[in-house]
Amino acid sequence: MNDSSVRVLVPAGMLGAGFPPETVERGLALGADVIAIDGGSTDSGPHYLGSGTPKTARAAVAADLRILLNAAARARIPLIVGSCGTSGTDGGVDWVAGITAEILAEDGLGLTVATVYSEQSPEPLAERLAAGAVRPLPPMGELEPGTLRECTHIVGMMGHEPIEAALRAGAQVVLAGRATDTAVAAAYPLMRGMPPGPTWHAAKIVECGGQCTTDPRAGGVFATIDHDGFTIEPLDPTVACTPTSVAAHMLYETADPFRMREPAGTLDVSAADYRALDERTVRVEGSRFEPAEQHTIKLEGARISGYQTMSFSAIRDPRILGQIEDWAALLRKVLADRVSRTLGLAPDDYAVDLRLYGHNAVLGELDPASGPPREVGVMLLVQAADQATATAVAKVANPLMLHLPTADMAYLPSLAFPFSPAETERGPAYEFVLNHTVDVDSPTALFRTEYRKAAADA
Amino acid sequence: MPETLGDLALEVRSKNAGPFWVTMELFMRDAEGYAMAADEDFLNEEVIARLYGVPAGEVRFFRIPALRVVKLSFPRAASQGGLHDRDVHRGQHHVPLAALVPPGRPGG
Repeated sequence: MNDSSVRVLVPAGMLGAGFPPETVERGLALGADVIAIDGGSTDSGPHYLGSGTPKTARAAVAADLRILLNAAARARIPLIVGSCGTSGTDGGVDWVAGITAEILAEDGLGLTVATVYSEQSPEPLAERLAAGAVRPLPPMGELEPGTLRECTHIVGMMGHEPIEAALRAGAQVVLAGRATDTAVAAAYPLMRGMPPGPTWHAAKIVECGGQCTTDPRAGGVFATIDHDGFTIEPLDPTVACTPTSVAAHMLYETADPFRMREPAGTLDVSAADYRALDERTVRVEGSRFEPAEQHTIKLEGARISGYQTMSFSAIRDPRILGQIEDWAALLRKVLADRVSRTLGLAPDDYAVDLRLYGHNAVLGELDPASGPPREVGVMLLVQAADQATATAVAKVANPLMLHLPTADMAYLPSLAFPFSPAETERGPAYEFVLNHTVDVDSPTALFRTEYRKAAADA
Repeated sequence: MPETLGDLALEVRSKNAGPFWVTMELFMRDAEGYAMAADEDFLNEEVIARLYGVPAGEVRFFRIPALRVVKLSFPRAASQGGLHDRDVHRGQHHVPLAALVPPGRPGG
C-alpha cells in the first residue's frame, strides 16, 4: 500500500471517560481512517491488575462503545481499543468483548471482532528468566522466579504488531489486552505504510485525547500522519492545539520527555519541530524512530501484599490539635503495647500507617508547612497477612481512636467517628512487582488472537 | 510574603510516570522565571534529593527553554497503592518544589 496520509480519530483519553458524540461526527467528516482509544492504565494503582477488575463503570464503557461501534460501522473504518478492562487482563478483554457483542446484536451491526489476549503464565516466563532473557528496568532489581509465581495476574505490553496482524486478518474491531498507550493509535498508520517516526510521535501525542489541546475537557483529537510528519487538531472546533500544548504533552506522565521505548524500538523527539499551521492546527516534523536490535516486551504483574482494615476518626478539640504529633506518637505506642498484650502479635505480624488528614497526611515529613490545623481526620490503616488479623488490630485500636487523651489531660476525650462500625475491611491489598522486559523472537509470540466473525448476511 | 517558584509559574505539577517513577514539571510564566528555575546552582539533583528524600544520583533533570519548562523525574519512594502510599497518582507532591524561593527574590 502506498497511501499519502492516514487520519486517526482519538475520541477521548480513556474508554468510559465519555465524550460529546458530535466530536466523533466531526472526526468522521474530516475523513478519519481509523478510530483508536485506550481502555486502561496503571495510573490508578495495582488493585485493577491484581484483582483483574476494571476501574470504569460498565454503563460508561458501553455508552462510549455504542457511539464508536456505530461510527466505525457507518464509516467502514476500523475501531481499535487497547488495554481493555483497565489492566488488559484476559478477563478485561472478555469484559469489553461481552459489552461489544451486546451492542452489535442490539444495533444490528455486522462487524468482525478480534480479541487479542496478553495475559502471561508464570512458568514460561520463569524459563525465559532462567535463560537470561528477562531484564529489570530502573529502579527495579533482578527478578526472582518466585515473584512471577506470586503474581495474581501478569500481562505483557504488546506493541502494534499483534493489532496490525488482527487488522490484516480482517478484523474491523480490535479489542486488545495490555498494549502500549501508543500502539493503539500507531497500528493502523504503520500498516498503511506511514513512517515510524511521525507515527509513534503522533500516537504519543494523541494517547490522552484532549490533553494535548488548550482545553483537555473538550474531548478528542484528530491526527493526520504523512511521510514527512503529522498534523494535529482538536475535534471540538472551539478548542485549539498550539505548538506549546502539543510539545508539552510529551512531558505528561513520562520520566524522559524526549525518548520513549516501544517494543520495536525507541521514539526520539529531541529534534522535533512544532509549528502552528493556523490558530488550532499544529504541524510536527523531525521525529525519529530507532529500531531496536532486540524486540522486547515489558511485563506488568501484581501480587497480594496483605489484607487491610481501615479505621477513621476525627479530632476538633484544639487542645489535642495543638499537640497532634505527640498524640499520634502516643497512639502508636499504646496500640503496639495492647496488640502485643491482647493479640500476642509480634511487630512483624502486622503493619500500621497512621495518617493525620488535615495536618500532614499527604506529604508527611516532606510537608513544608506547619502550624496547628483546625481539624484532623485520623486514618488508621492496618495491614496483615490475613483479614482477621488486620481487623483485630483495628478493633484493638478502636478505644484509642475514640478516647485517647493527650499526656496532660486528666480526663478521657471522645473523638468523632464518622460512621459505625468504625472499621472497614478493604480486602486484599496489591503491589506491582514487575517492571521487567522479556526478549522475544517474534513481536506477536506472547499474544493470542481470537476472531468472532460477523454474520454473513450483516 | 516570599516569592516562590509556584508564584513565578503558570503551573507546577507532579504525577506518576508509570508505577515506579514520579515526574514533576515547572511551567514558568516568563523568561525571567524560567532562568531562575533552570539555574543549576539553585535547583539541581541535590536540592531534589533533600526535598524528597531520594538519592541525588537517581534524579533526572530536563531543562527545556523552548517551553520554559523544567522537568525532573525520580523513582517513587513508597510503592504505588501500598500501605504507606498516601498519594496514589502522586498528584500532590509538587508542593514542596513549588514552595522553594529562588535566590534574590523576596524572602529568598
